[in-house]
Amino acid sequence: MAHRALDTPLALEAGGAAIADSRVMGRMALLAAAAFGYIVILAPLIFVCWLSFFSNEIVTFPPSGYTLRWFAHIFDQNNFVSGFVTSLQVGIAAMIGGLILGVPASVVLARHRFPGRETLNTLLVLPLVVPGIVAGTAIYVFQIEIELATELPLLGSLAGLVLAHIMITIPWTVRLLTASFAGFDRSIEEAALNLGATPVQAFLKATLPVIKPGIVAAALFSFVISFGNLEMTLFLIAPGQTTLPIAILQYLEWRIDPTIAAVSLLQIGLIGAGMLIADRYVKLTRVL
Amino acid sequence: MARLQLSGLTKTYGDFQAVAGIDLDIAQGELVVMLGPSGCGKTTTLRMVAGFVSPTAGAIRLGGQDITKRPSWRRNTGLVFQSYALFPHLTAAENVGFGLRMRKLPQAEIASKVAEALRLVRLEGLAERLPRELSGGQQQRVALARALVIEPDVLLLDEPLSNLDAKLRAEVRVEIRELQRKLGLTTIMVTHDQEEALTMADRLVVMSHGKVQQIGSQRELYEHPTNAFVAGFVGRTNFLLGRVESPGLFRSESGLAIRCSEAASTHGRKLALRPERLSIASAVTDADNAFSGTVEFASYLGGILEYYVRLTPQDRLLVQAPNKIGDPVHAIGDRVFLQWPAQASLVLAEDGGSTS
Repeated sequence: MAHRALDTPLALEAGGAAIADSRVMGRMALLAAAAFGYIVILAPLIFVCWLSFFSNEIVTFPPSGYTLRWFAHIFDQNNFVSGFVTSLQVGIAAMIGGLILGVPASVVLARHRFPGRETLNTLLVLPLVVPGIVAGTAIYVFQIEIELATELPLLGSLAGLVLAHIMITIPWTVRLLTASFAGFDRSIEEAALNLGATPVQAFLKATLPVIKPGIVAAALFSFVISFGNLEMTLFLIAPGQTTLPIAILQYLEWRIDPTIAAVSLLQIGLIGAGMLIADRYVKLTRVL
Repeated sequence: MARLQLSGLTKTYGDFQAVAGIDLDIAQGELVVMLGPSGCGKTTTLRMVAGFVSPTAGAIRLGGQDITKRPSWRRNTGLVFQSYALFPHLTAAENVGFGLRMRKLPQAEIASKVAEALRLVRLEGLAERLPRELSGGQQQRVALARALVIEPDVLLLDEPLSNLDAKLRAEVRVEIRELQRKLGLTTIMVTHDQEEALTMADRLVVMSHGKVQQIGSQRELYEHPTNAFVAGFVGRTNFLLGRVESPGLFRSESGLAIRCSEAASTHGRKLALRPERLSIASAVTDADNAFSGTVEFASYLGGILEYYVRLTPQDRLLVQAPNKIGDPVHAIGDRVFLQWPAQASLVLAEDGGSTS
């Protein structure tokens, strides 16, 4: 009897330890999964950064030394510089165009119920699903047809490229902005109307400031998408002109040195800086 | 400041009549409360006055002018929203000044009016705070100041207190009422809270199913409800079903013969009894109506005692008795007598909204 009485608390303790053990195991498993996820996401990024400082012209492991000359090399390549400028121009134009089209579209989608609304919503996301090569070919043919019919010099023009880029940025702009407008408390706009603001004033002074984070996010997304686009742009760019991704591809056809890693690092840094600056003004984390 | 007249104001959505022909004349400086359950059309009516909903038929006249077709930004109404609808990116002072900036007043005048409005709602020290840095009660006062500062012809309050806790609500009720009186503002308030309505109103409009059920003072609604809906919505009521057998006698479906006023309409199908108009005792005294019953539930609420008394298998009545010294406190299971004078028996028609 005496030893039975002693047994019970011991058994309880063992049980408690087992529970604690399984909790620790669970936490470890979660941490491991998270760490694996982060490695998968960040590895290419870290690798590219690392690579851009290798001194070997042909990438070998381990590198025989480190250098900054690839960064200097970028600026000797006219293609990279002019490609960057073109990409920047197209990206900004596509961003502005995307917003001009996306804001009214999103207002209508978020605020009005009409037949075919769901269909329209789906159609607007479709450019995401169409492979870039296919879209590129299709737009190329389309632009030829338009040029033949109207004699507008669309093919190979910057305007033609921007229009195509707007098409692929629209799904992002519309999705982000629709979410912003749908989450917006319309009584705020009504309050402005009640206080004497015309509908336009109410939209500019009450609605837009409130959904600013959504707009900045949409602008940033469309810029990044346009800036990095390769497949579609290949079909639409004028002979002799390049965007940055095309310049990188052309460079890769002849050489595989760390210059492209250096270019990528600059590009990542530039866009990252853009995001940080934007984040100072609006909390992007709230919408992304 | 102006007189507000609604005539035949109607709003239909397809087959659904949200507001079915409201006639209401609100005097300059009067506070009228529209009271009713959700979906009764009170908010739609308010939004028609503000200009956010365009009426299907009828007219709105403000200060003698027909404003039915005027867009909301040219109406000069001051609306306090249920959600307050403050501009989240503007400070309290900028929120209050918004309407004045839209009216293109000189900067200096705006500043002094804003300061005065904030002082009126006792928020002087918080002018530079953003809405999210203010408590619910403070936000509510910013919304009120923002609506007052434009000197509206009519102040519109859409359930302005429903987001405040009970204690604050009781305070703000009195504050708003005092401000409204002081400024002499013509005001419509919408609420589903009858206590709020009774405390604040000069006159009440009880609505149901898009129709006005009754317009009157607190006392008129409580003592002379025009139908069972109003009697049930304002205050607590016992209902007995039955019909008027002969002048002055109501026969309930359960067989009780109840004395009522001889003037009572013979079309009445419901008898309403206010719980505090019934008296409860162990023995019969002289009264028009006296029925024996059994106490089924008793609550000691301090100031009053509440009982549920079973008279017949169908009829259980709520009785409120003042807690006076010397009065017996009855317990569950006690045999008691319920008594009331004939004038306390209100014979009423069915709910106006559902019958027509």
